[in-house]
Amino acid sequence: MRHTISVLVENEFGVLTRVAGLFSGRGFNIESLSVAPTLDATISRMTIVTSGDDRILEQINKQLNKLIDTIKVIDFTGEDFIEREMALIKVTAEEATRAEILRICDIFRGKVVDITPKCYTVEVTGSPVKVNAIIDLLRPMGIKELVRSGPVVLGRGPKGWKGN
Amino acid sequence: MKLTGSKILLESLVLEGVDTIFGYPGGTVINIYDDLMGSSIKHVLTRHEQAAVHAADGYARATGKVGVAIATSGPGATNTITGIATAYMDSIPLVVITGQVPTALIGNDAFQEADLIGITRPITKHNYLVRDVNELARIIKQAFYIARTGRPGPVVIDLPKDVQIATAKFEYPDTVELRGYKPTFSGNVRMVEKAVKMMLTAKKPVLYVGGGATLADAHNELMELAETLQAPVTTTLMGMACFPTRHPLSLGMLGMHGTYYANMAVTNSDLLIALGARFDDRVTGKISTFAPHAKIIHVDVDPTSIKKNVRVDLPIVGDLRDVLKKMNKKLAEHRDETTQAGETLKPWHMEIAGWRKEQPMTYKSSKTEIKPQFVIEKLRELASDDAIITTEVGQHQMWTAQFFDFTQPRTFLSSGGLGTMGYGLPAALGAQAAFPERQVIDISGDGSFQMNSQELATLVQYRLPVKIVILNNNFLGMVRQWQQLFFDKRYSQTCMELPIDFIKLAEAYGANGLRASRPDEVEEVIRQALAMPGPVIMEFKVSREENVVPMVPAGAGLNEMVLRTA
Repeated sequence: MRHTISVLVENEFGVLTRVAGLFSGRGFNIESLSVAPTLDATISRMTIVTSGDDRILEQINKQLNKLIDTIKVIDFTGEDFIEREMALIKVTAEEATRAEILRICDIFRGKVVDITPKCYTVEVTGSPVKVNAIIDLLRPMGIKELVRSGPVVLGRGPKGWKGN
Repeated sequence: MKLTGSKILLESLVLEGVDTIFGYPGGTVINIYDDLMGSSIKHVLTRHEQAAVHAADGYARATGKVGVAIATSGPGATNTITGIATAYMDSIPLVVITGQVPTALIGNDAFQEADLIGITRPITKHNYLVRDVNELARIIKQAFYIARTGRPGPVVIDLPKDVQIATAKFEYPDTVELRGYKPTFSGNVRMVEKAVKMMLTAKKPVLYVGGGATLADAHNELMELAETLQAPVTTTLMGMACFPTRHPLSLGMLGMHGTYYANMAVTNSDLLIALGARFDDRVTGKISTFAPHAKIIHVDVDPTSIKKNVRVDLPIVGDLRDVLKKMNKKLAEHRDETTQAGETLKPWHMEIAGWRKEQPMTYKSSKTEIKPQFVIEKLRELASDDAIITTEVGQHQMWTAQFFDFTQPRTFLSSGGLGTMGYGLPAALGAQAAFPERQVIDISGDGSFQMNSQELATLVQYRLPVKIVILNNNFLGMVRQWQQLFFDKRYSQTCMELPIDFIKLAEAYGANGLRASRPDEVEEVIRQALAMPGPVIMEFKVSREENVVPMVPAGAGLNEMVLRTA
């Protein structure tokens, strides 16, 4: 089963290796990982999408907590949360397909952020399912290159982690 | 006043109460070694960096304090790896200081450079690369705090040469601020109450005690709990010596080479109370048949140990000594029920006594050949009660666990988790440096002994009178045993064909050597060796193909023990 976990860590030298190494060393799976500093520059927030049964998930949570550099682990399993991923998609834009690409973009509330005579670069944000859907629709036009950020998540409602 | 990094390091060690460190000098720690000459800290020069870490580990296990080792960058640092991994697997508090090339050269493949932070990440509790001398004192304070609190473990401080030379104002912090590290010390009272209820209604309880009991110095509280409940006690290899083996409630060790009665008791128990143990595969055998009828209470300071390998009915996270104190206090409030519970356990004790009678821990004695088990028994008889025993890894280690009756905590030092051959001699060195007046004995095999035999030089140089027992069968005995039982006696590369003259080896280093080839010589050799002032090798030519039994074959259940082999 797919699980999303946020980890707040000390924004220090080598901390990414500690987290990544923990996953590889213990045979846990990482589907995606994104990381950036929070409002407090001494803290980074990682969003990790992983998979495994309840026992594995419990170990992942505990092992992450055990790292000295881990300040907080938030497991979104069973929680109501907002999940967003961004993709930049470089798609072939011929005379015949340009209008269709713009229409698809519109439907997904995407934007064309770079244009050349033969190519559009589309920016789209949404849940991973939505990003998958636009990729599927653009594929027939010819995707030249694509990058996905991996999801970032926040819990719904007013509660926040110390405002960070 | 400003101090150099190397002076800050040594001053900080003194403030942490460090009196002895183990190490080996080199280019990137030469400044530290220069400052050591004016320091109150005693330095023991081992002959290999691996041995320095094992010695610090032996020192830590014997004293309960944090052990400290030091090595230079590159090969010096990589030589410490086995020592660090050994300590990590057995949760031993260490601070290992390694030199590093100057910060400007890091990443340049400089001479004697190795990415030690990268290499040691999975085998340390935490590690630090010090990049600013102003951070050094804080890092040392944190390193010692992390090493000894919660579930203890090794911490590495990688110290570049330029940071040792740079100066900073020295102020050793009084407190530690680590927002990500808050180990749970105090056990939850409601959980303890629930546990006590389960204990008072159990009909077939077993206390299963691991190395956590030693680390928490909880032997007195453990004894009180066992005697109040009248519950039988089995220990892991790491829990050995925390509960006296000769005590009527002791079942000895459980697991792969545990006693028949301990394994049968666990298999038939209705309540298994795990105290500072982690359900290692060598303990449980096949998980699906492990304690199948038992409810499990698991007390551990490390939440990751709980529910890692087995289901747990009642988890309690906390310091074992604190939790046991609370349990004993709660039990004292239920004196009538406790007495009642003791009565209801009588049939359980009868059942265990039956297993004990059916398959006692014994061996076939011989008048012509020296049986290794006989040597261990004689040694127990002749060594003092507070003697510190270390072992290497293999058959001799299991025979020591089976036949040496330990009576006091912190008297059995052995590499349980990693299973490191070559651990025992340097660990004995470290223990002897901590307790110069006590008997320290390394029990080893001819294979393991040769993995760190160079430390004989250290023993002689520092007048550390460690006694070394070599149970010599000219085999890598444990692997040979597996080959005999599971590989049709195909002894691939397990026969140590070159016979070593261990007596001459001892003499070459300026130590003494004694040999016994017949059973009637054993006692005299031990007596003589124990009476000699310096380090002594006692070589016993033992029966070559003796096996360690009982044995639970890998992948089998605890109730499927092999009790004797051909």
